[in-house]
Amino acid sequence: MNSNIHQITVGDLWNLLETVVDPEIPVLTILDMGIVRRIEIREGDRITVSEFEGRTNTGASVDPENAQILVYITPTYTGCPAMNMIAAHISMELATHGFSDISVREVLQPAWTTDWIPESARQKLREYGIAPPEQAARVERLLFSDVSVTCPRCESRNTEKLAEYGSTACKALYRCKDCLEPFDYFKCH
Amino acid sequence: MRDFLLLLADNTQILGHRLGEWCGHGPELEIDMAMTNLALDLIGQSRNYYQYAADLEGAGRTEDDLAYLRDAREFRNCLLVEQPNGDFAHTVARNFLFDSWHFFFLQALCQSNDDRLAAIAVKSVKEVTYHLRWSSEWVIRLGDGTEESHKRIQDAFDNLWTYRGELLAPAPYETEAANAGYGVDLHAISSRKCSTFSALTQTQSGNE
Repeated sequence: MNSNIHQITVGDLWNLLETVVDPEIPVLTILDMGIVRRIEIREGDRITVSEFEGRTNTGASVDPENAQILVYITPTYTGCPAMNMIAAHISMELATHGFSDISVREVLQPAWTTDWIPESARQKLREYGIAPPEQAARVERLLFSDVSVTCPRCESRNTEKLAEYGSTACKALYRCKDCLEPFDYFKCH
Repeated sequence: MRDFLLLLADNTQILGHRLGEWCGHGPELEIDMAMTNLALDLIGQSRNYYQYAADLEGAGRTEDDLAYLRDAREFRNCLLVEQPNGDFAHTVARNFLFDSWHFFFLQALCQSNDDRLAAIAVKSVKEVTYHLRWSSEWVIRLGDGTEESHKRIQDAFDNLWTYRGELLAPAPYETEAANAGYGVDLHAISSRKCSTFSALTQTQSGNE
Protein backbone atom coordinates (compact mmCIF):
# COMPACT_ATOMS: atom_id res chain seq x y z
CA MET A 1 0.00 0.00 0.00
CA ASN A 2 1.10 3.52 -0.67
CA SER A 3 -0.52 4.83 2.50
CA ASN A 4 2.73 6.67 3.32
CA ILE A 5 2.34 8.75 0.21
CA HIS A 6 -1.40 9.39 0.34
CA GLN A 7 -3.18 9.31 3.66
CA ILE A 8 -6.64 7.80 3.19
CA THR A 9 -9.41 9.64 5.04
CA VAL A 10 -13.06 9.05 5.93
CA GLY A 11 -13.89 11.59 3.21
CA ASP A 12 -12.29 9.22 0.68
CA LEU A 13 -14.60 6.45 1.94
CA TRP A 14 -17.64 8.62 1.22
CA ASN A 15 -16.23 9.38 -2.25
CA LEU A 16 -15.97 5.64 -2.91
CA LEU A 17 -19.59 5.13 -1.82
CA GLU A 18 -20.62 7.98 -4.12
CA THR A 19 -19.69 5.71 -7.05
CA VAL A 20 -22.20 2.99 -6.05
CA VAL A 21 -25.49 3.47 -7.89
CA ASP A 22 -29.03 2.36 -7.13
CA PRO A 23 -29.54 -0.80 -9.24
CA GLU A 24 -33.16 0.16 -10.03
CA ILE A 25 -32.39 3.80 -10.87
CA PRO A 26 -28.78 3.83 -12.11
CA VAL A 27 -28.66 7.63 -12.50
CA LEU A 28 -28.83 8.02 -8.73
CA THR A 29 -26.06 7.04 -6.35
CA ILE A 30 -26.84 5.46 -3.02
CA LEU A 31 -25.82 8.78 -1.43
CA ASP A 32 -28.32 10.68 -3.63
CA MET A 33 -30.97 8.33 -2.28
CA GLY A 34 -29.85 8.79 1.33
CA ILE A 35 -29.51 5.01 1.71
CA VAL A 36 -26.14 5.15 3.53
CA ARG A 37 -26.72 6.56 6.99
CA ARG A 38 -23.39 6.20 8.72
CA ILE A 39 -19.87 4.79 8.42
CA GLU A 40 -18.13 3.40 11.46
CA ILE A 41 -14.37 2.77 11.42
CA ARG A 42 -12.80 0.61 14.09
CA GLU A 43 -9.02 0.53 14.43
CA GLY A 44 -8.00 -1.21 17.62
CA ASP A 45 -9.65 0.73 20.44
CA ARG A 46 -10.32 3.75 18.27
CA ILE A 47 -13.83 4.09 16.85
CA THR A 48 -14.58 6.85 14.37
CA VAL A 49 -18.21 7.50 13.43
CA SER A 50 -19.07 9.52 10.37
CA GLU A 51 -22.72 10.44 9.91
CA PHE A 52 -24.24 10.95 6.45
CA GLU A 53 -26.01 14.11 7.58
CA GLY A 54 -23.35 16.78 7.49
CA ARG A 55 -20.64 14.20 6.66
CA THR A 56 -18.97 14.35 10.05
CA ASN A 57 -15.32 13.45 10.75
CA THR A 58 -14.34 13.32 7.08
CA GLY A 59 -10.78 14.40 7.86
CA ALA A 60 -10.01 11.39 10.08
CA SER A 61 -7.42 9.04 8.63
CA VAL A 62 -8.14 5.39 7.88
CA ASP A 63 -5.66 2.55 7.49
CA PRO A 64 -7.28 0.17 4.94
CA GLU A 65 -5.27 -2.80 6.06
CA ASN A 66 -6.13 -2.61 9.75
CA ALA A 67 -9.48 -0.85 9.83
CA GLN A 68 -12.78 -2.61 10.30
CA ILE A 69 -15.36 -0.74 8.23
CA LEU A 70 -19.05 -0.87 9.09
CA VAL A 71 -21.44 0.73 6.63
CA TYR A 72 -25.02 1.29 7.86
CA ILE A 73 -27.68 1.36 5.16
CA THR A 74 -31.44 1.78 5.38
CA PRO A 75 -33.96 0.16 3.01
CA THR A 76 -36.20 2.37 0.89
CA TYR A 77 -39.01 -0.23 1.13
CA THR A 78 -39.00 -3.22 3.49
CA GLY A 79 -39.24 -5.67 0.60
CA CYS A 80 -36.78 -3.84 -1.64
CA PRO A 81 -34.95 -6.63 -3.51
CA ALA A 82 -32.07 -4.25 -4.33
CA MET A 83 -30.74 -4.11 -0.76
CA ASN A 84 -28.60 -7.25 -1.02
CA MET A 85 -27.15 -6.05 -4.29
CA ILE A 86 -26.39 -2.62 -2.85
CA ALA A 87 -24.65 -4.22 0.14
CA ALA A 88 -22.59 -6.40 -2.23
CA HIS A 89 -21.63 -3.41 -4.38
CA ILE A 90 -20.50 -1.45 -1.32
CA SER A 91 -18.31 -4.34 -0.18
CA MET A 92 -16.86 -4.80 -3.67
CA GLU A 93 -16.11 -1.11 -4.10
CA LEU A 94 -14.27 -0.89 -0.77
CA ALA A 95 -12.50 -4.21 -1.34
CA THR A 96 -11.11 -3.08 -4.69
CA HIS A 97 -9.58 -0.10 -2.86
CA GLY A 98 -7.68 -2.21 -0.38
CA PHE A 99 -10.15 -2.57 2.48
CA SER A 100 -10.42 -6.13 3.72
CA ASP A 101 -12.68 -6.03 6.78
CA ILE A 102 -16.04 -4.69 5.59
CA SER A 103 -19.52 -5.23 7.02
CA VAL A 104 -22.77 -3.73 5.78
CA ARG A 105 -25.64 -3.55 8.26
CA GLU A 106 -29.27 -2.51 7.89
CA VAL A 107 -30.95 0.03 10.13
CA LEU A 108 -34.67 0.88 10.10
CA GLN A 109 -34.66 4.07 12.12
CA PRO A 110 -35.15 6.79 11.10
CA ALA A 111 -37.38 5.39 8.36
CA TRP A 112 -36.27 6.30 4.86
CA THR A 113 -38.28 9.03 3.20
CA THR A 114 -38.30 10.61 -0.26
CA ASP A 115 -37.86 13.93 1.58
CA TRP A 116 -34.15 13.01 1.78
CA ILE A 117 -33.70 13.13 -2.00
CA PRO A 118 -32.01 16.50 -2.72
CA GLU A 119 -32.96 18.80 -5.61
CA SER A 120 -29.80 17.83 -7.54
CA ALA A 121 -30.94 14.19 -7.52
CA ARG A 122 -34.51 15.19 -8.42
CA GLN A 123 -33.14 16.94 -11.49
CA LYS A 124 -31.23 13.75 -12.42
CA LEU A 125 -34.51 11.80 -12.10
CA ARG A 126 -36.33 14.21 -14.43
CA GLU A 127 -33.57 13.95 -17.02
CA TYR A 128 -33.82 10.16 -16.78
CA GLY A 129 -37.58 10.32 -17.43
CA ILE A 130 -38.88 9.76 -13.90
CA ALA A 131 -41.03 12.43 -12.24
CA PRO A 132 -39.64 13.11 -8.74
CA PRO A 133 -41.85 13.15 -5.61
CA GLU A 134 -44.08 16.24 -5.70
CA GLN A 135 -44.44 17.02 -2.01
CA ALA A 136 -43.34 16.14 1.48
CA ALA A 137 -44.32 12.69 2.68
CA ARG A 138 -47.22 12.85 5.17
CA VAL A 139 -49.19 9.69 5.70
CA GLU A 140 -52.59 11.35 6.25
CA ARG A 141 -52.34 13.42 3.09
CA LEU A 142 -51.12 10.49 1.01
CA LEU A 143 -54.08 8.34 1.95
CA PHE A 144 -56.85 9.76 -0.21
CA SER A 145 -55.52 12.85 -1.94
CA ASP A 146 -54.02 12.94 -5.40
CA VAL A 147 -51.08 15.12 -6.34
CA SER A 148 -50.66 16.92 -9.61
CA VAL A 149 -47.61 15.41 -11.28
CA THR A 150 -45.47 17.21 -13.86
CA CYS A 151 -44.43 15.30 -16.99
CA PRO A 152 -40.63 14.89 -16.88
CA ARG A 153 -40.44 15.13 -20.69
CA CYS A 154 -42.53 18.18 -21.64
CA GLU A 155 -43.18 19.73 -18.19
CA SER A 156 -46.95 19.70 -18.74
CA ARG A 157 -49.09 19.34 -15.62
CA ASN A 158 -51.87 17.83 -17.72
CA THR A 159 -51.12 14.25 -16.63
CA GLU A 160 -53.13 11.31 -15.33
CA LYS A 161 -52.39 8.29 -13.16
CA LEU A 162 -52.63 4.93 -14.92
CA ALA A 163 -51.66 2.67 -12.01
CA GLU A 164 -50.81 3.12 -8.34
CA TYR A 165 -47.83 0.74 -8.74
CA GLY A 166 -45.40 0.97 -11.63
CA SER A 167 -42.26 -0.96 -12.49
CA THR A 168 -41.28 -1.01 -8.79
CA ALA A 169 -43.21 -0.49 -5.54
CA CYS A 170 -41.74 3.00 -5.14
CA LYS A 171 -43.16 4.26 -8.43
CA ALA A 172 -46.61 4.86 -9.93
CA LEU A 173 -47.37 4.82 -13.65
CA TYR A 174 -48.58 8.09 -15.18
CA ARG A 175 -49.36 9.36 -18.68
CA CYS A 176 -48.93 12.83 -20.07
CA LYS A 177 -52.07 13.98 -21.87
CA ASP A 178 -50.11 16.56 -23.88
CA CYS A 179 -47.06 14.68 -25.20
CA LEU A 180 -48.89 11.34 -24.70
CA GLU A 181 -45.81 9.63 -23.21
CA PRO A 182 -46.24 7.29 -20.25
CA PHE A 183 -43.77 7.87 -17.41
CA ASP A 184 -42.87 6.67 -13.93
CA TYR A 185 -43.61 8.88 -10.94
CA PHE A 186 -41.51 8.40 -7.81
CA LYS A 187 -44.17 8.34 -5.07
CA CYS A 188 -43.89 10.36 -1.87
CA HIS A 189 -42.85 7.98 0.85
CA MET B 1 -43.69 -10.86 22.76
CA ARG B 2 -42.72 -13.83 20.57
CA ASP B 3 -46.36 -14.84 19.94
CA PHE B 4 -47.27 -11.25 19.12
CA LEU B 5 -44.38 -10.96 16.65
CA LEU B 6 -45.33 -14.24 15.01
CA LEU B 7 -48.93 -13.07 14.61
CA LEU B 8 -47.73 -10.00 12.70
CA ALA B 9 -45.18 -12.02 10.76
CA ASP B 10 -47.62 -14.76 9.78
CA ASN B 11 -50.37 -12.31 8.75
CA THR B 12 -48.05 -10.45 6.40
CA GLN B 13 -46.31 -13.54 5.09
CA ILE B 14 -49.50 -15.46 4.26
CA LEU B 15 -51.21 -12.50 2.58
CA GLY B 16 -47.97 -11.76 0.72
CA HIS B 17 -47.87 -15.29 -0.67
CA ARG B 18 -51.58 -15.22 -1.57
CA LEU B 19 -50.98 -12.04 -3.57
CA GLY B 20 -47.87 -13.59 -5.11
CA GLU B 21 -50.10 -16.30 -6.59
CA TRP B 22 -51.45 -13.63 -8.93
CA CYS B 23 -48.02 -13.12 -10.50
CA GLY B 24 -48.52 -13.63 -14.25
CA HIS B 25 -52.30 -14.10 -13.82
CA GLY B 26 -53.55 -10.56 -13.11
CA PRO B 27 -56.49 -9.25 -15.16
CA GLU B 28 -54.23 -6.49 -16.55
CA LEU B 29 -50.48 -6.01 -16.60
CA GLU B 30 -50.70 -2.98 -14.27
CA ILE B 31 -52.87 -4.85 -11.78
CA ASP B 32 -50.54 -7.83 -11.93
CA MET B 33 -47.58 -5.56 -11.10
CA ALA B 34 -49.51 -3.84 -8.33
CA MET B 35 -50.42 -7.11 -6.61
CA THR B 36 -46.88 -8.47 -6.81
CA ASN B 37 -45.55 -5.17 -5.44
CA LEU B 38 -48.03 -5.41 -2.55
CA ALA B 39 -46.79 -8.96 -2.00
CA LEU B 40 -43.19 -7.76 -1.96
CA ASP B 41 -43.94 -5.13 0.70
CA LEU B 42 -45.76 -7.68 2.86
CA ILE B 43 -43.02 -10.30 2.60
CA GLY B 44 -40.48 -7.60 3.47
CA GLN B 45 -42.49 -6.63 6.54
CA SER B 46 -42.85 -10.27 7.61
CA ARG B 47 -39.06 -10.68 7.39
CA ASN B 48 -38.58 -7.83 9.86
CA TYR B 49 -40.92 -9.53 12.34
CA TYR B 50 -39.46 -13.02 11.84
CA GLN B 51 -35.90 -11.68 12.25
CA TYR B 52 -36.91 -10.00 15.47
CA ALA B 53 -38.65 -13.14 16.75
CA ALA B 54 -35.59 -15.24 15.86
CA ASP B 55 -33.29 -12.77 17.67
CA LEU B 56 -35.54 -12.90 20.74
CA GLU B 57 -35.52 -16.68 20.74
CA GLY B 58 -31.74 -16.73 20.59
CA ALA B 59 -31.89 -20.45 19.85
CA GLY B 60 -30.09 -20.36 16.53
CA ARG B 61 -33.26 -20.51 14.45
CA THR B 62 -33.36 -18.12 11.50
CA GLU B 63 -36.17 -16.09 9.97
CA ASP B 64 -36.57 -18.85 7.36
CA ASP B 65 -36.94 -21.53 10.03
CA LEU B 66 -39.75 -19.54 11.59
CA ALA B 67 -41.41 -18.72 8.29
CA TYR B 68 -41.23 -22.13 6.66
CA LEU B 69 -40.42 -24.87 9.15
CA ARG B 70 -43.15 -24.46 11.74
CA ASP B 71 -46.15 -26.77 11.79
CA ALA B 72 -49.39 -25.43 10.31
CA ARG B 73 -51.04 -25.47 13.76
CA GLU B 74 -48.39 -23.10 15.11
CA PHE B 75 -49.31 -20.33 12.68
CA ARG B 76 -50.96 -17.33 14.35
CA ASN B 77 -52.37 -15.53 11.31
CA CYS B 78 -56.00 -14.46 11.09
CA LEU B 79 -58.22 -16.57 8.83
CA LEU B 80 -58.94 -13.65 6.52
CA VAL B 81 -55.42 -13.51 5.01
CA GLU B 82 -55.34 -17.19 4.09
CA GLN B 83 -58.66 -17.15 2.21
CA PRO B 84 -58.07 -18.23 -1.40
CA ASN B 85 -57.75 -15.47 -3.99
CA GLY B 86 -60.97 -16.35 -5.85
CA ASP B 87 -61.66 -13.86 -8.61
CA PHE B 88 -60.10 -10.39 -8.70
CA ALA B 89 -63.03 -8.86 -6.78
CA HIS B 90 -62.58 -11.45 -4.04
CA THR B 91 -58.89 -10.56 -3.72
CA VAL B 92 -59.71 -6.83 -3.66
CA ALA B 93 -62.35 -7.30 -0.95
CA ARG B 94 -60.02 -9.46 1.17
CA ASN B 95 -57.23 -6.91 0.84
CA PHE B 96 -59.53 -4.01 1.64
CA LEU B 97 -60.77 -5.67 4.82
CA PHE B 98 -57.18 -6.39 5.84
CA ASP B 99 -55.63 -3.07 4.70
CA SER B 100 -58.27 -0.95 6.42
CA TRP B 101 -57.43 -2.73 9.67
CA HIS B 102 -53.67 -3.01 9.05
CA PHE B 103 -53.29 0.73 8.42
CA PHE B 104 -54.83 1.76 11.76
CA PHE B 105 -53.12 -1.08 13.56
CA LEU B 106 -49.69 0.04 12.33
CA GLN B 107 -50.43 3.69 13.12
CA ALA B 108 -51.06 2.61 16.70
CA LEU B 109 -48.04 0.29 16.71
CA CYS B 110 -45.81 3.28 15.84
CA GLN B 111 -46.39 4.29 19.50
CA SER B 112 -45.13 0.93 20.81
CA ASN B 113 -42.79 1.23 23.80
CA ASP B 114 -40.56 -1.33 22.10
CA ASP B 115 -38.15 0.63 19.89
CA ARG B 116 -37.55 -2.10 17.33
CA LEU B 117 -41.26 -2.85 16.91
CA ALA B 118 -42.05 0.87 16.62
CA ALA B 119 -39.33 1.26 13.95
CA ILE B 120 -40.83 -1.60 11.90
CA ALA B 121 -44.30 -0.02 12.23
CA VAL B 122 -43.10 3.44 11.17
CA LYS B 123 -41.48 1.87 8.14
CA SER B 124 -44.44 -0.40 7.26
CA VAL B 125 -47.24 2.14 7.64
CA LYS B 126 -45.81 4.17 4.77
CA GLU B 127 -46.17 1.15 2.51
CA VAL B 128 -49.56 0.12 3.83
CA THR B 129 -50.91 3.63 3.16
CA TYR B 130 -50.53 2.84 -0.53
CA HIS B 131 -51.99 -0.65 -0.04
CA LEU B 132 -55.15 0.90 1.44
CA ARG B 133 -55.30 3.45 -1.37
CA TRP B 134 -55.06 0.68 -3.93
CA SER B 135 -57.70 -1.64 -2.47
CA SER B 136 -60.09 1.24 -1.62
CA GLU B 137 -59.97 2.60 -5.15
CA TRP B 138 -60.69 -0.84 -6.59
CA VAL B 139 -63.62 -1.43 -4.21
CA ILE B 140 -65.16 1.81 -5.46
CA ARG B 141 -64.35 1.12 -9.09
CA LEU B 142 -65.79 -2.39 -9.05
CA GLY B 143 -68.83 -1.28 -7.04
CA ASP B 144 -69.56 1.60 -9.43
CA GLY B 145 -68.51 -0.26 -12.58
CA THR B 146 -70.75 -2.64 -14.44
CA GLU B 147 -73.59 -4.78 -13.14
CA GLU B 148 -71.20 -7.73 -13.30
CA SER B 149 -68.39 -6.03 -11.35
CA HIS B 150 -70.85 -4.72 -8.76
CA LYS B 151 -72.27 -8.20 -8.25
CA ARG B 152 -68.82 -9.73 -7.91
CA ILE B 153 -67.50 -7.28 -5.31
CA GLN B 154 -70.78 -7.58 -3.38
CA ASP B 155 -70.55 -11.39 -3.45
CA ALA B 156 -66.94 -11.14 -2.27
CA PHE B 157 -67.85 -8.96 0.71
CA ASP B 158 -70.81 -11.24 1.55
CA ASN B 159 -68.41 -14.17 1.52
CA LEU B 160 -65.59 -12.53 3.50
CA TRP B 161 -67.52 -10.33 5.92
CA THR B 162 -67.56 -13.02 8.60
CA TYR B 163 -63.76 -12.99 8.85
CA ARG B 164 -63.42 -9.29 9.72
CA GLY B 165 -64.37 -9.71 13.38
CA GLU B 166 -61.27 -11.72 14.17
CA LEU B 167 -59.08 -8.71 13.37
CA LEU B 168 -60.52 -6.78 16.30
CA ALA B 169 -60.89 -9.68 18.75
CA PRO B 170 -57.64 -9.90 20.73
CA ALA B 171 -55.99 -13.22 21.52
CA PRO B 172 -54.67 -13.45 25.11
CA TYR B 173 -51.12 -12.60 23.99
CA GLU B 174 -52.45 -9.52 22.14
CA THR B 175 -54.14 -8.28 25.29
CA GLU B 176 -50.92 -8.94 27.18
CA ALA B 177 -49.00 -6.99 24.48
CA ALA B 178 -51.40 -4.05 24.72
CA ASN B 179 -51.23 -4.00 28.53
CA ALA B 180 -47.43 -4.14 28.48
CA GLY B 181 -47.34 -1.18 26.08
CA TYR B 182 -45.57 -2.81 23.16
CA GLY B 183 -48.79 -3.95 21.46
CA VAL B 184 -51.97 -2.27 20.30
CA ASP B 185 -55.32 -1.72 22.01
CA LEU B 186 -57.66 -3.14 19.36
CA HIS B 187 -60.74 -1.49 20.89
CA ALA B 188 -59.18 1.93 20.46
CA ILE B 189 -58.48 1.47 16.76
CA SER B 190 -61.92 -0.02 16.15
CA SER B 191 -63.73 3.33 16.17
CA ARG B 192 -61.19 5.03 13.88
CA LYS B 193 -61.59 2.13 11.48
CA CYS B 194 -65.40 2.41 11.57
CA SER B 195 -65.29 6.06 10.53
CA THR B 196 -63.21 5.11 7.47
CA PHE B 197 -65.71 2.43 6.51
CA SER B 198 -68.64 4.82 6.78
CA ALA B 199 -66.80 7.50 4.77
CA LEU B 200 -66.24 4.97 2.01
CA THR B 201 -69.84 3.73 2.11
CA GLN B 202 -71.05 7.31 1.76
CA THR B 203 -68.81 7.86 -1.26
CA GLN B 204 -70.26 4.75 -2.86
CA SER B 205 -73.90 5.55 -2.17
CA GLY B 206 -73.33 9.15 -3.26
CA ASN B 207 -72.21 7.95 -6.66
CA GLU B 208 -75.18 5.71 -7.22
